[in-house]
Amino acid sequence: MKNIRDICEVAWSEIKALVTDKGILIFILFVPLVYPLLYSWVYTNEVVREVPCVVVDDSHSSLSREFTRKLDASPDVKVVATVPSMEQAQELMRRGEAYGILRFPSDLTSDLVRSRQGHIGLYCSMSSMLYYKALLLTATNVSLDMNKDIKIQGYVHGTTDRQDEINRTPITYDYVALFNPQSGFAAFLIPPVLMLIIQQTLFLGIGMAMGNTREKNGGAILSPAASGRPTWMVILGKALPYLLLYIVIAVYLYTVVTPGFRLPRLGDYGTYMVFAAIYILACIFMGMALSMLVYRREDCILLFVFLSVPMLFLSGLSWPGSNMPEFWRWVSCLFPSTFGMNGYVRIVTMGDSLSHVVPELKGLLIQIVAYSTLTFLCYRRGKHHIDNFISNATLD
Amino acid sequence: MTMDRQSLPRRLWQIAHREIKNYNRRPLFLFTMLIAPLVCLVFFTSLMGTGLPTKLPAGLVDEDDTHITRIVVRTLNSMQETNFTHRYSNFSDAREAMQRGEIYSFFYIPKGLTEDALANRQPRLSFYTNEAYFLPGTMLMKDSRYACELAGLALTRETLYAKGLTEDQAMAVIQPLVIETHPLGNPYLNYSVYLNNIILPGILILLIMLCATYAIGYEWKRGTQRELYALAGNSSTVALAGKLLPQTAIFTLMFMLFDVVFYRFLGFPCNVGIVRMMLLGFITVLAAQAFGVFLFGVFAGKLRLSMCLCSLWGILAFSLAGFTYPVPAMHGFLQGFSWFFPLRQYYLIYVNQALDGNSIFYVWRSVTAMLLYVLLPITVLWRYRYIFLKAKYIE
Repeated sequence: MKNIRDICEVAWSEIKALVTDKGILIFILFVPLVYPLLYSWVYTNEVVREVPCVVVDDSHSSLSREFTRKLDASPDVKVVATVPSMEQAQELMRRGEAYGILRFPSDLTSDLVRSRQGHIGLYCSMSSMLYYKALLLTATNVSLDMNKDIKIQGYVHGTTDRQDEINRTPITYDYVALFNPQSGFAAFLIPPVLMLIIQQTLFLGIGMAMGNTREKNGGAILSPAASGRPTWMVILGKALPYLLLYIVIAVYLYTVVTPGFRLPRLGDYGTYMVFAAIYILACIFMGMALSMLVYRREDCILLFVFLSVPMLFLSGLSWPGSNMPEFWRWVSCLFPSTFGMNGYVRIVTMGDSLSHVVPELKGLLIQIVAYSTLTFLCYRRGKHHIDNFISNATLD
Repeated sequence: MTMDRQSLPRRLWQIAHREIKNYNRRPLFLFTMLIAPLVCLVFFTSLMGTGLPTKLPAGLVDEDDTHITRIVVRTLNSMQETNFTHRYSNFSDAREAMQRGEIYSFFYIPKGLTEDALANRQPRLSFYTNEAYFLPGTMLMKDSRYACELAGLALTRETLYAKGLTEDQAMAVIQPLVIETHPLGNPYLNYSVYLNNIILPGILILLIMLCATYAIGYEWKRGTQRELYALAGNSSTVALAGKLLPQTAIFTLMFMLFDVVFYRFLGFPCNVGIVRMMLLGFITVLAAQAFGVFLFGVFAGKLRLSMCLCSLWGILAFSLAGFTYPVPAMHGFLQGFSWFFPLRQYYLIYVNQALDGNSIFYVWRSVTAMLLYVLLPITVLWRYRYIFLKAKYIE
């Protein structure tokens, strides 16, 4: 009973320290509440539509016009102009009014008549891969579609309409984009970012709280109120407020942000909450261990903020894990975010059960044990110094 | 007072010298200015060392297993991106493997496909990609689609051969229109070129902003701001310039190192010469520092608040720069908002210069914006004068 009271007292003093500190509140309250909304808003259109494209038609044939019409009619590409020369088309590209040029050569129809392939040039700006993707896929789609018509009209006549249809596409196919049917950007990026925000804001909040304690207590890692209790109780007591707060944030992410922006949510609520709680614990303990590096409150911003970007790439979600050098794959195991993001995507986006995320859970549990032990050792060492300091002071 | 008669360069030097001594006292400065950028440089360039992700693990469910389906599988497997690492006996096994993350996509060939195709019954192939992993998902989608189209065309080609057409003639029948793609400036679709050119400067901008506000705020925190003001001959401009000078030098050198690694060692396309990119780097450093100084001034010396804002700003910049998800596809408000991010302007100028090699005139707006950022501190100098003299350290 006394243990529980001790833990609660430490937790209470930590809560008091947190709510009176605007800097910490920005990181552990404002950022987790507002940033997910902001990020989802940025990417909420999911896909890029109507990428401006300019056409250079040297062919002036019905074929090239049909191609242009079909290109313009597609959802992803918009033909903004048809100009007589490549020079003018390039000028439009330079001015940023078009991101691609489609060029029909003058001998396009004559090539076809002579049973030769006609080549249509597609010039893409590489400033963004999504422009390239939209232009390439749409132009390819239109060409495939028209190819089939040319094939039927010119060469492989069928006797019935059904025969024509089969000749057009002897083998049909289905394409299913699982777990992200519209192939959208938000549905891919936001779920891992939500988990990353949890880790980063915990690192920042815990780090800043430590900097605060050290500044106020002349470099000691514990306030006088917290010392004098067994180390493990201090650690649990300090972790408790963060755990409770972040469980609320996890609920918020699942019940407000995810449905609010129509992000994929196939997963089971209970499964998600269990996983999230374990993940949050791992983040808290690593944050406590890392906070040993923070001597002044602002230090944590310099230490942790920039890490968000490499962390996202370490997860293997934005850059395929199969193409990641072995060394970095090991490094990625040091951070809860790697397991957290992958587990979250698997549970919430793909609807997996806990038994399917065992590798991630194992990773997180090992991290919890390792980082809490590390924190314990650091705190004990720190506490030892304080106790000496206090006993010396009383002797004086 | 001998101080007042000192020349400007001497003052600046004194303040800079004092600042370098501060760095010695706080190893964190060293970490932010040297270690963090270098680690990021090594990390990102080695992570994307392959350029385009290749040989992505894919699965195959071939229930038909005839020599025709094997041709399709071989074709697909010979492509750059696809690598059939696993074979599954049925659909659900493959789907579960995809959920486990073993494979990013799988190709499904139903039983009786060849027979149906030969009997003109129009059978159906299918492929499934996991687009929760966007990059590998889309790449495998491209390959698989191509293979599916090819499967149908291969059948027609056999018919045409039987009718006595030559290979060229047959190709002109089954694929009369060919799209020749020319990805301008980045012909190999190198993702390292595409991402690192913006991500690494983005991290640098973030660190520059944070470092600038931290160094300035440090004076208030230690209560030495009046000493600095006196050393600067009661001029906030001199005080701030002298204080940030060492950082300007170090970060500019770092930017130049990035440029050398990008455009010399890694052979990233640079159509305007490396010197111009270094100049752009220098201006970017100034713009980012000016941004930090501006924020600290606006918040009247609230160090923590200005650093929080710098970090939120710097991180948001990666999204609003628009190099992954384009700005024109965003909400109208965000399109306007993106003008307030130095990284956005850096990206636009980089595309115009290094990637496309165009005249700088085409991005005059971005260049102007960049120069305006540099001038931003002028608007808050009066506040600095006030906080140098009056304000104590505010938490």
